[in-house]
Amino acid sequence: MLEIKGLKVKLEEEDKQILKGVDLRVEAGKVHAIMGPNGSGKSTLSYVLSGKSGYEVTDGSATLEGEDLLDMEPEERAAAGLFLAFQYPVEIPGVGNMTFLRTAVNSQRKARGEEEMSATDFLKEIRAKAKDLKIDAEMLKRPVNVGFSGGEKKRNEVLQMAMLEPKMCILDETDSGLDVDAMKLVAEGVNALRSEGRGFLVITHYQRLLDHIKPDVVHIMANGRIVKTGGPELALEVENNGYADILAEVA
Amino acid sequence: MNAVLKAKQEAAATRLDGADVPSGAGWSQAAREDALSRVRNMGLPSRRDEYWKYTRPDTLTSAEAGEAAVFETGEEPVFGSFDRLKIVFVDGVFSAEKSDDLALEGIEISRLAEAGDISWASELYGTLEANGQTPVERPLAALNTALATDGVLIRVLNTPSKPVSLIYHHENTRSDAVLHHVVKVEAGASFTLLENGPAAARFNKVLEADIADKAAFHHVRAQGRDHERRAVTHMFARLGTESTFKSFTLTVNGVLTRNECIIELTGDDAFAHVAGAALGDGDFLHDDTVFVTHDAVNCESRQVFKKVLRNGATGVFQGKILVKPGAQKTDGYQKSQSLLLDGDSQFLAKPELEIYADDVACSHGSTSGAIDEDALFYLQARGIPKDIATDFMTLAFLAEAVEEIEDEALAAEINGRLEGWLTRRRG
Repeated sequence: MLEIKGLKVKLEEEDKQILKGVDLRVEAGKVHAIMGPNGSGKSTLSYVLSGKSGYEVTDGSATLEGEDLLDMEPEERAAAGLFLAFQYPVEIPGVGNMTFLRTAVNSQRKARGEEEMSATDFLKEIRAKAKDLKIDAEMLKRPVNVGFSGGEKKRNEVLQMAMLEPKMCILDETDSGLDVDAMKLVAEGVNALRSEGRGFLVITHYQRLLDHIKPDVVHIMANGRIVKTGGPELALEVENNGYADILAEVA
Repeated sequence: MNAVLKAKQEAAATRLDGADVPSGAGWSQAAREDALSRVRNMGLPSRRDEYWKYTRPDTLTSAEAGEAAVFETGEEPVFGSFDRLKIVFVDGVFSAEKSDDLALEGIEISRLAEAGDISWASELYGTLEANGQTPVERPLAALNTALATDGVLIRVLNTPSKPVSLIYHHENTRSDAVLHHVVKVEAGASFTLLENGPAAARFNKVLEADIADKAAFHHVRAQGRDHERRAVTHMFARLGTESTFKSFTLTVNGVLTRNECIIELTGDDAFAHVAGAALGDGDFLHDDTVFVTHDAVNCESRQVFKKVLRNGATGVFQGKILVKPGAQKTDGYQKSQSLLLDGDSQFLAKPELEIYADDVACSHGSTSGAIDEDALFYLQARGIPKDIATDFMTLAFLAEAVEEIEDEALAAEINGRLEGWLTRRRG
């Protein structure tokens, strides 16, 4: 599904190497988690994969089902099936949530040469999916993320994911700013989307989220590289002992 | 006399030498004579005037109008689906054939060119314009009062069942239209005036609106999209106690547009909102010049002007709130913002507050900025192509001005136009 090889990335504006050769492969149907201390490059990886400007890829590759992601515009990556759930979803005053989402769904369909979704079908589907995530009609009507609480923003991210049905989902610290109940709700939404054909890359600081979204594989990232890969037990090790032991072990 | 004023007066004399002063009812003759002497005294605006610092007036003051091609939009006219009384001018000339009968229950409509002895109009024509000449001179408005060939005189006695819609066609590439409308909304009545169309190669228009106690005046205007057209418009409004004035203008295209709005709140508890949305591309200069005078207690005024500019387009905003002594509890607000889609475009803003009362709340905010990159990326990351995402942000930016239109159907009409034009521009 997602294949990253020797990815090296620096900031465009300054001569600072953030990713120093990342190798990662997420198979369809699997949930991979990336954990790591602050500043290890986790969020940068998610931004580079989704095409945010300000980064320069100096070496390596990233492909989604064999297609070169790094060569595409952000919207082309989305249409190809990549989805990033933002750590800080952006507020966009003046753009209605519904209009935004319908345009997104239909832009992707158009880009893939598929038929656009009718207004009626869209409405039916979004209502059903919003209900599962406890997003009320009033929230759908509001401008994108404006006045949403932290939990509402993250639920809105999951709703977008559910509507766009991506192949590969990257969740960037989706647990940040959430209380336990909100996290459960978000995790349930994500779990409902787990399927044979879909891959997940869950970026998180804490084991907490992984109690709810159970990973198949856990990677530890430090200083711009994946330094250790293991099963779910690796997340528990981090929870119990912190990163220091692991980092000392691989150093 | 200083040399600058002398030159301006000479320019006025030259301009008026070749001009025909239309004949008409006796009262209008007197008003025109007064206006002529105002123009001769003030002279025509020149580039050195503080008030014309950002906008060159020469193409508006020249004897001949510059050429302007007629733009075939190929789309339904704005407000086309609305039930309204249509009054059509072609290159500034009234068209009886294209217009509806000038009859609507609750209101009296006459044409300036055919006006008989209408006492209410004789008291107003040129009066609000003359009042509006201080403290800032507006010679092109006085020129209009003197030279206007036609216009409508509307007196609203009772709230009519539908709006009056002034439609301005442009057919002649060298036409030079001068129209002057007067609207009087009597106590307690409510009236909506719509205006749309390019009008002429060059258009000088004045609208004087007297809004009596507890009356309401709503005005929605879509200026014509002919790329080469030029327009200078003045709107003078006088508001009585507990009256409402709401005006919105949409401007897309046009090489030069100067819209002046002069509002005087003379009765307590009155409410005046003036808003504008402009979308400029390339050879485009759009100037909103607003002067709001608070001369009564507990009045609210609000100015909301938004401009989206690209490819070298220029936006100008000169807005002033004057709070006179005794105008306590004034709530004055002024917002002028531009969204610059590239580095070639510019926005020049001069917000001013002048306050002589001590219990007032007045504020202004003027900003100029590029599109929010984070928001753009967020939209793109969801699969929305960059150009569509940019248009989304553009509409969102303009929304605050469009929302100033009270009537939801009219607001939707304006929004629909904007959306349509942006979509077609993307190609």
